[in-house]
Amino acid sequence: MRKMTKALLGATTALTLSTVAPSASQAAELTLCWAAWDPANALVELSKDFTAQSGTDMKFEFVPWPNFADRILNELNAGGKLCDLLIGDSQWLGGSAENGYYVKLNDFFDKEGIKMSDFAQAAVNAYSTWPKGTPNYWALPAMGDANAWFYRKDWFAKPEIQAEFKAATGRDLVPPTTWPELLETAKFFNGKDIDGKKVYGAAIFTERASEGITMGATQALYANGFKYEMTPGKYDMEGAVNSADAIKGLEEYKELYKCCTPPGYTDAYMGETLDAFKSGQAAMAMNWFAFFPGLVKDENVGGDKIGFFNNPKGTTNASTLGGQGISVVANTDNMDGALAYIKWFAQPDVQKKWWSLGGYAVHNAVLNDPSFKDSQPFAADFLVAMNQVQDFWQEPSYAILLQATQKRLHDYVVADQGTAKEALDGLVKDWTEVFEDDGKL
Amino acid sequence: MTDNNTTLLDKAAEKAVRATPVPLVYRVRGLSDRSIAWLFILPTIVLLLAINIFPLIWAVYLSFTNFRANRPNAEIEGVGFSNYQRVLTDPDIWQAMQTTAHFVFWTILLQMLIGFALAYLIDRKFRGHAFWTTVILIPMMLSPAVVGNFWRFLYQPQIGLFNYVYAFFTGVEPSSFQMLGSVTLSPWAIIIVDTWMWTPYVMLICLAGLRSIPDYIYEAAEVDRASAWRQFWSITVPMALPFIMLAVLFRAIENFKMFDMVVLLTGGGPGSTTEVASITLKREAFESWRTGRASAFAIILFVAVFGLANIYVKALNRVKQR
Amino acid sequence: MSTANTAHSVVEPSQTSKRIAGAIIILYAIITMVPLAWIFLTSFKSPPDSISYPPKVVFQPTLEGYCNLFTTRTRQTPEYIQSLGAPVSTCDEITRNRNMVIAGPSNYWPRFQNSLIIAFGSTFLAVFLGTLSAYGFSRFKVPLADDILFFILSTRMMPPIAVAIPIYLMYRELGLSDTALGMILLYTAVNVSLAVWLLKGFIDEIPREYEEAAMIDGYTRLQAFRKVVLPQATTGIAATAIFCLIFAWNEYAFAVLLTSGSAQTAPPFIPTIIGEGGQDWPAVAAGTTIFLVPILVFTILLRKQLLRGITFGAVRK
Repeated sequence: MRKMTKALLGATTALTLSTVAPSASQAAELTLCWAAWDPANALVELSKDFTAQSGTDMKFEFVPWPNFADRILNELNAGGKLCDLLIGDSQWLGGSAENGYYVKLNDFFDKEGIKMSDFAQAAVNAYSTWPKGTPNYWALPAMGDANAWFYRKDWFAKPEIQAEFKAATGRDLVPPTTWPELLETAKFFNGKDIDGKKVYGAAIFTERASEGITMGATQALYANGFKYEMTPGKYDMEGAVNSADAIKGLEEYKELYKCCTPPGYTDAYMGETLDAFKSGQAAMAMNWFAFFPGLVKDENVGGDKIGFFNNPKGTTNASTLGGQGISVVANTDNMDGALAYIKWFAQPDVQKKWWSLGGYAVHNAVLNDPSFKDSQPFAADFLVAMNQVQDFWQEPSYAILLQATQKRLHDYVVADQGTAKEALDGLVKDWTEVFEDDGKL
Repeated sequence: MTDNNTTLLDKAAEKAVRATPVPLVYRVRGLSDRSIAWLFILPTIVLLLAINIFPLIWAVYLSFTNFRANRPNAEIEGVGFSNYQRVLTDPDIWQAMQTTAHFVFWTILLQMLIGFALAYLIDRKFRGHAFWTTVILIPMMLSPAVVGNFWRFLYQPQIGLFNYVYAFFTGVEPSSFQMLGSVTLSPWAIIIVDTWMWTPYVMLICLAGLRSIPDYIYEAAEVDRASAWRQFWSITVPMALPFIMLAVLFRAIENFKMFDMVVLLTGGGPGSTTEVASITLKREAFESWRTGRASAFAIILFVAVFGLANIYVKALNRVKQR
Repeated sequence: MSTANTAHSVVEPSQTSKRIAGAIIILYAIITMVPLAWIFLTSFKSPPDSISYPPKVVFQPTLEGYCNLFTTRTRQTPEYIQSLGAPVSTCDEITRNRNMVIAGPSNYWPRFQNSLIIAFGSTFLAVFLGTLSAYGFSRFKVPLADDILFFILSTRMMPPIAVAIPIYLMYRELGLSDTALGMILLYTAVNVSLAVWLLKGFIDEIPREYEEAAMIDGYTRLQAFRKVVLPQATTGIAATAIFCLIFAWNEYAFAVLLTSGSAQTAPPFIPTIIGEGGQDWPAVAAGTTIFLVPILVFTILLRKQLLRGITFGAVRK
């Protein structure tokens, strides 16, 4: 025992002394923080060019989506030095701009001749500006994204299934264009035996902890005409958030969840819906465009077996916004290096390569290229989606607003408590309280 | 504040020296006992003051303000008791307290029953009991977060082992029920994992209790021809009671604080079905960043644990004295 | 567990009851081991085997989980993979069979290193400070000693999240956020309460006469402490150290709130190991297995001191 103690003490002392001293940050190194997903791997590949040109080593800190906001906002609030560059969610702009966590990029853009008019207008508004739509830039649009759908093209193409569908519904089996059609198609597939396996209608977002169910349910809400305010900027939510249309949208989402999701998908976000689809359990699924390049390449369900469609219509066409801009963290020790990365990233050629590697560039040089629409099977849908996106609150208090939404929606949709009207009425109450605390009401 | 403590410690050292036998004091070369007492205790006290007490006082102060940790530029205003008032009238927080109480009650009940039974059986001293005891103890040494995360996999309705084994023995369809996704089952899912993990702990303390009962008491009972049943209820249980109560105390404090395992199993869901107090507090403090209100909630929780523990310790001492 | 216990002479259980008790205990032990065995098995499964229905008990073992744990990979076209030279390692080969190439090391090893540094560093400090204070409380009459000791103990009753709020703010001011030093100080403060309590118990058991005799022989008190008390207390110190280590090794709440990358330990990291979709279960299982091994070893080494450690010395047997 004594020998062991001595060895233990010796080892701990050595370890402690050798490593506690914080390693001096090297100037020729940049850490970029983002979520851990397919496009992040593409960015690693793309950034090799930057390292080759500038001699700056790139380090990456990728956090899985369910923990992403939590951990990175915590890091920013703690004044940490983990990230030099951050590809952060659009909702963070308000808080990060007001607290000075991000560097304001206007002067830098002017000096380097980077023009925001070179990027898609909707993307700039969503990913770069605070207050919304004003020419105050806190980020360069890095990745356009929206929530959309994909389906098993090979199943939809089977003659016997097509015939059965026609007999059951009186219409042809094609990707749904309205929410009632989506429900009908999902119900049709649910419980069917295809290739000797029981399949389910649709895999959708139901995640509780971060933002999952909100990002999923807003697809149905926005399409049905849900609005945050009666008059924009007035925070008058009564009658907008809980309008009859919004209630119908939420009921449709719950119906889809109840009838047609695979068992166990009660807390599912991006990863789980992908798994459900890739393992052949789901006829349809929702997810961000970001994953579509990877899905097309998938050995089992990619290629000819997969098709894509935009969020079906309710009373209007709408899609839930995803996507991020790239910002410089004000706390960085390597400001010049970080700005140099942004300057490099904004070049049209780099943006073109970004798209070819699987990143969603929103530079006009990429989007307006005549070959863009045919470069990927989902490229045309992407252009449509980006013109009809709607985003969640981007207020500095967005996290509280989001949390209340997560709770109300999950309580209603998954935990089966109350009615859609009660959920949305409750949401108006929660949100009102937040805005009152903020002195905006 | 530091000054006060120095004088307090100074006095402490003074007294220490006076209390030390005189002949020794004379013989000491080098450092005096007084400086040694100083030197030995002070670093710990300083560390605890810096990392425990000072932050606690800060938290008490913050609980009376509207401070938000993610608004460094905003002005901090005093708000009196309104944070406390809002916490205590928030139905969500009462819901979380109820969830916590349900969790604490059932885990303790199950762990006490199973743990005591196991201890009683191990005390039969069958061959190899030492080895099997060590095996049983393993789960409680593991990280609740890391193991809790894996239990999420075991609970998957289609691919997980739990549903499959249950289905194997009962014949129901494995994907017909979901431990983590169902409002009725998810509280039990976390209770099962906690019981799996911590029953060995209770067992170990109960075992110590059983072994502390002197043999002569049983011998006397044997002479009186008391039945085994009577011996169990009139000797074993009362004599082991202080140990059982100690186990209840430690488990109750731990499970009242429960965070990591539940976060990784259900994250508080579905809806808010398994949202225990620590998760609510974490959301308030580190996601909503309403630091003032979160501090008030933290203080309330702390006072509650501390108060209940104190009352309980008094009861425990009374039992011990009997 | 102590073998020194006298057998119940008159009330020795009958052979039958021993057998039944043994059978039940062994059955229970096997049931509790199933989840752990499943983690171990899963770590050697391929991803498709790990999520197959019904769950597979017999399968072709592979190191893919371990490879995935330690690397990051990108998907590439078969033509691109063809163009590369021969695979340089087993992992390389396994990865290429999935149409992927290894892009670089994963963060698992740095996180594991952080765990080692923070757990061992804080354990060393806590035991060091704890031994000194325990000696102080044991040998000198400290006024209000009982109150101070109870206060020390009570610091462990606070919910970690409640403690984390002000610590978070304090570390932000001091620049200790996401640093190994900050985590070591915090874990030390939490562990020192356990260390003082346990070690005071152990040192109380060492007769004062030993040091007094040494001091009469001309040792100073410090020398007597070093040469007489410490060697006597080695077992207690070792036991305390292992308990502190286990706490620091397993801790999650503080780690997840106060670290984000540079000083993040393994427990908050392991649940975030994901594959192309959701969690990469074989890799998670591999990470879990590697993480649990040290603790399993300690449990076995420690079984005799276990009771004292987990009850704050309240139960000694």
